[in-house]
Amino acid sequence: MVRIDGRGDGSSLIRARGLGKTYQRGGEEIHVLQGLNLDVDAGDFVAFMGPSGSGKTTLLNLLGGLDVPSAGSVTVGGDEITRMSTRKLTAWRARHVGFVFQMYNLIPVLTAFQNVELPLLLTRLSKTDRRRHVETALTVVGLGDRMHHYPRQLSGGQEQRVGIARAIVADPTFLLCDEPTGDLDRKSADEVLELVDRLVRDHGKTVLMVTHDPLAAARARVVLHLEKGVLVDT
Amino acid sequence: MKYLHLVLTNLLRKKTRTALTAGSFAVALFLFGILAVVDSAFQQGVDVAGVDRLVVLNRVSIIQPLPLAYRERLARIPGVTQVTFANWFGGVYQDERNFFPQFAIDRESYRQMFPEFVVPENQWQAFLADREGAIVGESLAERFKWKVGDRVPIKGTIFPGNWEFNIRGIYRGQRVQDDTTQFWFRWDYLDERKSFSKGLVGWYTVRIANPDDAVRLVKTIDEQFTNSPAETKTDTEKAFAASFVKQMGNIQLLIMSIGSVVFFTLLLVTGNTMAIAVRERTRELAVLKAVGFSNGFVLALVIAETMVVAAIGGAIGLGLAKLFTLRGDPTGGLLPFFYLSPDAIALGLTLALAVGVLAGILPAFAASRLRVVDALRRI
Repeated sequence: MVRIDGRGDGSSLIRARGLGKTYQRGGEEIHVLQGLNLDVDAGDFVAFMGPSGSGKTTLLNLLGGLDVPSAGSVTVGGDEITRMSTRKLTAWRARHVGFVFQMYNLIPVLTAFQNVELPLLLTRLSKTDRRRHVETALTVVGLGDRMHHYPRQLSGGQEQRVGIARAIVADPTFLLCDEPTGDLDRKSADEVLELVDRLVRDHGKTVLMVTHDPLAAARARVVLHLEKGVLVDT
Repeated sequence: MKYLHLVLTNLLRKKTRTALTAGSFAVALFLFGILAVVDSAFQQGVDVAGVDRLVVLNRVSIIQPLPLAYRERLARIPGVTQVTFANWFGGVYQDERNFFPQFAIDRESYRQMFPEFVVPENQWQAFLADREGAIVGESLAERFKWKVGDRVPIKGTIFPGNWEFNIRGIYRGQRVQDDTTQFWFRWDYLDERKSFSKGLVGWYTVRIANPDDAVRLVKTIDEQFTNSPAETKTDTEKAFAASFVKQMGNIQLLIMSIGSVVFFTLLLVTGNTMAIAVRERTRELAVLKAVGFSNGFVLALVIAETMVVAAIGGAIGLGLAKLFTLRGDPTGGLLPFFYLSPDAIALGLTLALAVGVLAGILPAFAASRLRVVDALRRI
């Protein structure tokens, strides 16, 4: 269940209240988000759409703990992340958020295996357990046979699937995907979207995705539009 | 250890740059190693000087002799336990470039005064039994492939004539710093053959019972010979050696200046290189932070990279310097103690690592302060 009216009952996984973000540009204040409310339950798949500059990425940054709001609060699983220190927030991200980037953002000098292993280096898992987790994640995204390939040896679609494997390997509470198909051809985009869909459907993952692509948005259970800093249901 | 591959793979992404940076460290540390060797070569006499020995010279100058008669007067001074003397010879063996120090020594007391120079008993007895006998240091013997029994001709410069000596023994030093390039022969042989300055010696060395009494004894000795035709100037052996070094200029200041310039340049070069390396990886570092790596981790990662480069380059440079010194003194005898000590190697590595940390700290700090949203622009 996804609500944007601020009347969620408190059982939702992600809850934003009165969320605002203002930037100073020159002497001018730019209000990117204004009093935004959002409730997302575990297992939901939400797509955010809207014109460029409408604040989609800013919203994702705030929900993922990468940025701090000018007003309002974000609570995830009962933890109000907007009150956390930088150190706590960093540790929280490692445990709860999986990021999927438009440009994949893989580290070019590391193999697919090593890229996926990165979030696990922050855990207390043994080398054997890390290997097992990485192999499972890469198998889930269909790249079990490409583990020791470097990003330059993979296609765009494969790189994005490695990015998704990196996002899910530590079993985070939710995934944030910013234009995950924005840099892919249609066929690769469909494969990636199918994979995301499967993560929600078969593995019960919660996914929040920003996209300009109506076909990508059509995969989500709920599509929300950002207009002038507030969410609009469609 | 689980992060080591991150450090190494980052270094190997631009192999040429890493190699050149490590090369800068190698060149700087090689130079440091050689400077340290030169410094210790000059300081060697100071470092090994006996704390209980005083040197008595003619007050006018070191080249002015002192009467042999002073020996008994010195020995009678309370607190003095032993007296010996020697004379600089300054001869030439085959060619002027073959410089090495030659001393005419008192055969009765010199060996006891300098126990750090070890001569086998049978060789010493052979030296005592041969008026033309000589004892040479093992480095000197090795340099000219001399062995016991060889006859060595030396052309006198201060004491003219052709002098011939029979090598009767080879001494070694008890410590690695001990000078084993000296050539000793008997002062009585010199005194017998020389045509002037008979009954005169170059300087005295006296041993004192209590090193804490050195200041008082220096004064007492010099007062003993005040208003005599050959007034004395007495000093501790350490001060004497130090004054010798000073005559060549402030070697340590020169070495420190060169070393400082080299390390400062290295700091700027490495700092700039690391700043470029970090700037190129802004997005990657932001991704690391996004997935949960802390600011402290990013700081440590960048510093660890510079430290690894510094350690590798430094080890190569110091290793090459060590290899260079193993070939021995390249100056033909001016720097007999040409040795890179473990202390100097440790200091060099410490300096290299310190430069590594300093060079990395600004780019590392910038990387750690990076705002993920600014670096990624979009997550």
